[in-house]
Amino acid sequence: MRRLATPAAVFALAAVAVAVLPHLVSDFHAFQLANVGIYFIALVGLNVLTGSSGQISLGHGAFMAIGGYTSAILMANHGVRDLWTIPLAGLVAGGAGLLVGLPATRLSGLYLALVTFGIAVSFPQLLKKFEGFTGGTTGLILNLPAAPFGLHTSSNRWLYYLTWGLALVLAALAWALLRGRFGRALRAIRDSEVAAASSGIDLALYKTLAFGISAFYAGVAGSLFAIATAYVNPDAFPVTLSVVLVVGLVVGGLGSLPGLVLGAAFIVYLPVHSGTLLRWFEQVVPVDVSPKAPGVPSVIYGAVVILVLLVLPRGAGGLLGLTSRLYTRSYRP
Amino acid sequence: MIDFLQQVVAGLASGGIYASLALAIALIYRSTGVINFAQGEMATLTTYIVWSLHNRGLGFWGAFALTVVLAFAGGVALERVVIRPFESAPVLTVVMVTIGLFFLLNGLTSVLWGGAQRRLPENRPFPTATFDVGGVQISRLDAGLIALMLVTVAALFALFRYTKLGLALRASALQPASSRLVGIRVGWMLAVGWGLAAALGVVAGVMAAGSYGSFDPTLMQTILLYAFAAAILGGIDSPGGAVVGGLVLGVLLNLLGTYVDWIGSTLRLPVALLVILVVLVIRPAGLFGRTTVQRV
Repeated sequence: MRRLATPAAVFALAAVAVAVLPHLVSDFHAFQLANVGIYFIALVGLNVLTGSSGQISLGHGAFMAIGGYTSAILMANHGVRDLWTIPLAGLVAGGAGLLVGLPATRLSGLYLALVTFGIAVSFPQLLKKFEGFTGGTTGLILNLPAAPFGLHTSSNRWLYYLTWGLALVLAALAWALLRGRFGRALRAIRDSEVAAASSGIDLALYKTLAFGISAFYAGVAGSLFAIATAYVNPDAFPVTLSVVLVVGLVVGGLGSLPGLVLGAAFIVYLPVHSGTLLRWFEQVVPVDVSPKAPGVPSVIYGAVVILVLLVLPRGAGGLLGLTSRLYTRSYRP
Repeated sequence: MIDFLQQVVAGLASGGIYASLALAIALIYRSTGVINFAQGEMATLTTYIVWSLHNRGLGFWGAFALTVVLAFAGGVALERVVIRPFESAPVLTVVMVTIGLFFLLNGLTSVLWGGAQRRLPENRPFPTATFDVGGVQISRLDAGLIALMLVTVAALFALFRYTKLGLALRASALQPASSRLVGIRVGWMLAVGWGLAAALGVVAGVMAAGSYGSFDPTLMQTILLYAFAAAILGGIDSPGGAVVGGLVLGVLLNLLGTYVDWIGSTLRLPVALLVILVVLVIRPAGLFGRTTVQRV
């Protein structure tokens, strides 16, 4: 049990931090932090796929869309309470993930990236096509989130507790899953498919499962996304959402849960603070660009991805791991 | 029948756009094994450069030619500065770098030119008037786009087949180690490959902007998927296959969109995705690709 002591302590600390944080910040910041939680859940799912099994998906925005629409349809057309739609959204997205995962097991990394990119590009078209079901281009409007059971808290704080409560549980589950037999099998597949297959690992089964689980996480994130914005339409889940998730994963670093929190924060806060970053940049290189220009966040996303891959191939998580190991003086490369 | 032929011609014209971009993707894939997700954004950015140069008083085709040269230089520079440091990184890392480039170039286009819709000048690249071939009404625009694509492909073919540079390019794509031994500077050949792909992007971008009538920073984002489908259909390491794949896909999508009401214009993208999936599952090498067997 001693091996579990440190992770359990980290988990307890994280839980305390999550519980205390909203009391220190304004209501608006609580909403932003809730968004960080949503992206964190999606990144944890993506990490199961990319970090462990080495498959790359550029289509997780589509699974978020499936989760978001499942929740929205249940809430808007069937009057289901938002809370109960979340697990269903995860399951529907997970099922879709298994379906995609089946042919995906035959594809090598690059081709899978292509196919999943295709899913991300074409999924909004499907949403527009089946408009009787999805509300077409106008989408579906939902009720604003409100705390259940007569709890007295603002809707933004309630969202915060909901997302981070789920995020903690789901992150702990992913961690437990990946450190056991399942995670070992995935890592074996990532490092060498041939070696994994000859040790008796069912490649197709594990790869498909990894895809399904990762889509489940994306579905939960999409459901929370729909609940938080109280609105879904095809443009809420654009291609760039899928690609931004990969950006978050690269910045956060594969395989590190604390790193993924940073990756999620990067996704949420970069567009908010891109004006400030631009002003810093202007101190060094005099450029004449309005901070309000629509492309500024994209330019910074792109530049940061390339720089991170160049300087910190293991992302922010890699840096965190390195410093903590230096601090405890047990650094082993 | 006349209507059918007209749709085939229109399909060939849009297929030409996919073919140009698919050709650029195949060129980079063949020499480096990387799929360049930024290819569409490279094309969009250079389309804006053509538009800007023309607005500054250059003739349209002059602006086009100048941009092709600039794009070639830009592509070479991009490879040397951004891609080269990842020479020995895993393929997936390089793919992520091209995704970073996707954001960088897309943002740059928006920063420099804004998000508004722009229009190419009247009757450019080609006038929209139609002419008659045995009852089939063909627009000059469609005919011009097909011709432009054919001229580009012919020029590239000549470059690869009849010049020393082309020979070196082919050699370093097929046998990098041996090429280095006979004195070819393989690194520079990869950079030239990126330059050619960027120059092809200008052709694809101008064709797409001309065919749509107007353009904005998202011009190539859906076309990129069609180009991927075309490249996969033709066999992703085969430049000739990319061209055939593009034309076949253009005609197929146009016919399905016109004659199958249920598909219409909304479901063309999902059909392209289906093409990718079916080809990859049934015949991963595509129509003309090399089947590779790997020893372990």
